[in-house]
Amino acid sequence: MSTLDIILQQLANGLILGSFYALVALGYTMVYGIIKLLNFAHGDLYMAGGFLGFLVLSLVGALLGTGWTGILAAMLLSMLAVGLLGVIIQRIAYVPMLEAPRLSILITALAVSMILSNGVMAITDGEYLAFNTDLGFEGIDLGNVFISYTQLVLVISAALLMIILYLFVHKTLYGKAMRAIAIDQDACRLMGINVNRIIALTFFIGSSLAAAAGVMAGVYYGSLHFSMGFVIGLKAFTAAVIGGIGSIPGAMLGGLVLGLLEAFGTQMPFVGSEWKDVFSFGLLILLLIFKPTGLLGKTEIERM
Amino acid sequence: MAAPRIPVFRLSRMQRTLLLAALAAIGLLIPLAANNYVLEVLTNAWFYAILCLGLNIVVGYAGLLDLGYAAFFAVGAYTTGILSSQYGINFWLTIPVAVACSMLAGLIIGGPTLRLRSDYLAIVTLGFGEIVRIIARNLDITGGASGLIGIDRPSILGLELSKGIHFYYVFLLLAMLACFVSFRLQHSRLGRAWHYVREDEDAAEAMGIDRVAVKLQAYVIGAMFGGVAGCFFAAKMTAISPETFTFAQSVLILLGVVMGGMGKIPGVIVGAFALVLFPEVFRSMGSMRMLIFGIVMLGIMLYRPEGIWPQRSGTGER
Repeated sequence: MSTLDIILQQLANGLILGSFYALVALGYTMVYGIIKLLNFAHGDLYMAGGFLGFLVLSLVGALLGTGWTGILAAMLLSMLAVGLLGVIIQRIAYVPMLEAPRLSILITALAVSMILSNGVMAITDGEYLAFNTDLGFEGIDLGNVFISYTQLVLVISAALLMIILYLFVHKTLYGKAMRAIAIDQDACRLMGINVNRIIALTFFIGSSLAAAAGVMAGVYYGSLHFSMGFVIGLKAFTAAVIGGIGSIPGAMLGGLVLGLLEAFGTQMPFVGSEWKDVFSFGLLILLLIFKPTGLLGKTEIERM
Repeated sequence: MAAPRIPVFRLSRMQRTLLLAALAAIGLLIPLAANNYVLEVLTNAWFYAILCLGLNIVVGYAGLLDLGYAAFFAVGAYTTGILSSQYGINFWLTIPVAVACSMLAGLIIGGPTLRLRSDYLAIVTLGFGEIVRIIARNLDITGGASGLIGIDRPSILGLELSKGIHFYYVFLLLAMLACFVSFRLQHSRLGRAWHYVREDEDAAEAMGIDRVAVKLQAYVIGAMFGGVAGCFFAAKMTAISPETFTFAQSVLILLGVVMGGMGKIPGVIVGAFALVLFPEVFRSMGSMRMLIFGIVMLGIMLYRPEGIWPQRSGTGER
């Protein structure tokens, strides 16, 4: 393979990895932007999304087949269910903690994450589940570079979801309320915005985007495991910080940047794929030292 | 929501000293009556008590969330492991090196991130914990995925520490030492500064406390506890592998601190014992252990955020 081929192939790999990161990072950044909570359970919602998608696909598979129609149905239902799960988690675990010290709510989020991942582990006996689809392996062959149709469809659907989100946040009244709450909650209350409902909506959207990414990852990698949410949760957080936490376009950009950096990082001499995670966590630490506001974030002035 | 008040037992100074002496006597004499299994479990409980006391300095005293505490424990264990098994250095000489290494690791991670919001610290420590484990798994000097074997057993005055009962006393003494150091720290000028920073960072800074320096001290001292525990862990097991130092391990230690009551020494020890004894008593649940721990943790945060045995605050001696 020539250098150009390697670059193209890694570009394709990086883009797909980056779209997963971006989708998960969006939920992180939206929740953080609105109530300043690091939702540790977010990666596990991605995992739960993958498993629910699998469940739905095996139920509707007989009716719709396990091609794109079935997958679409599975994805939408999984997004709905995980979105509701996100709202339930917020109601049970986070709402009572909003006035408590920061440490308490972080530990609560960690507990929720443990319950989700270990709950799924108990249900699946810790086994890998094969996510079978009949999408086939056709694709576009560019000499030495091969891009499957599956990859193409996944990247495009991720992009579509992000465009819809962007339009929702910037063109609708609900989106406007979300942006307003991120700036000043009390003023929003005075203006007659139902703050609690908008926060719940934010959790719903963030969680369902993570679920979409989970189903897509299931389709792409062909298997599911209860621990798959842990590393991607960390990576998506890294992506959110790269883009500037709290910023929605930042999360999209950060996800793509991290995906590409990882894909190309594994090609560097002495940096094999086993060092991939060290590479991106190291990047996170360096970034927090030198540019904690990220690429698109605003400098935050802490009010007393 | 208001947690129901639990009765607070107030003991006089005399009674407290007697109680402590009685507990110490029980701790010292119990091996005479215990079989090997009980001894092993109790050794493990004291070991977790040391780790929990170390993390308690970071989480309980200074109010910082550290999700990668196992990393410091790993640094200590691997330093002793490498020096002892590959260079044949005497165990006791590896301890200062391990302490220095774990404190250095604390400085490297804490230094830059403690200036930022405290939630960033949580995620950075999480990432750091993973980095340390992955590095240990991929380097040759750390023995790769299979880890290190053949770490020397230490000896004192010609007595080689090899039996379960030896290590029981080693960890009991270390835990007592950790309690003593924690107690002295809590009531020192630094301890009061931690308390202040934890309760109100801005007000503390206004009173002339250097919040970054104070937090960093908590972080580095916590790292040191983990490092020392790691040294003795390596000596007891004579073999270590990267899979001992996972994220789950860090969470477990944190759970011990949270369960017993952050910031209170007896509470933390009770938490550590609960952590070790609970799965032993309920062996049948096996893989459900972490799920149940998660639910317990959530329940504690929601209904009793101060832990099972909370710190007496407000009224009282202070």
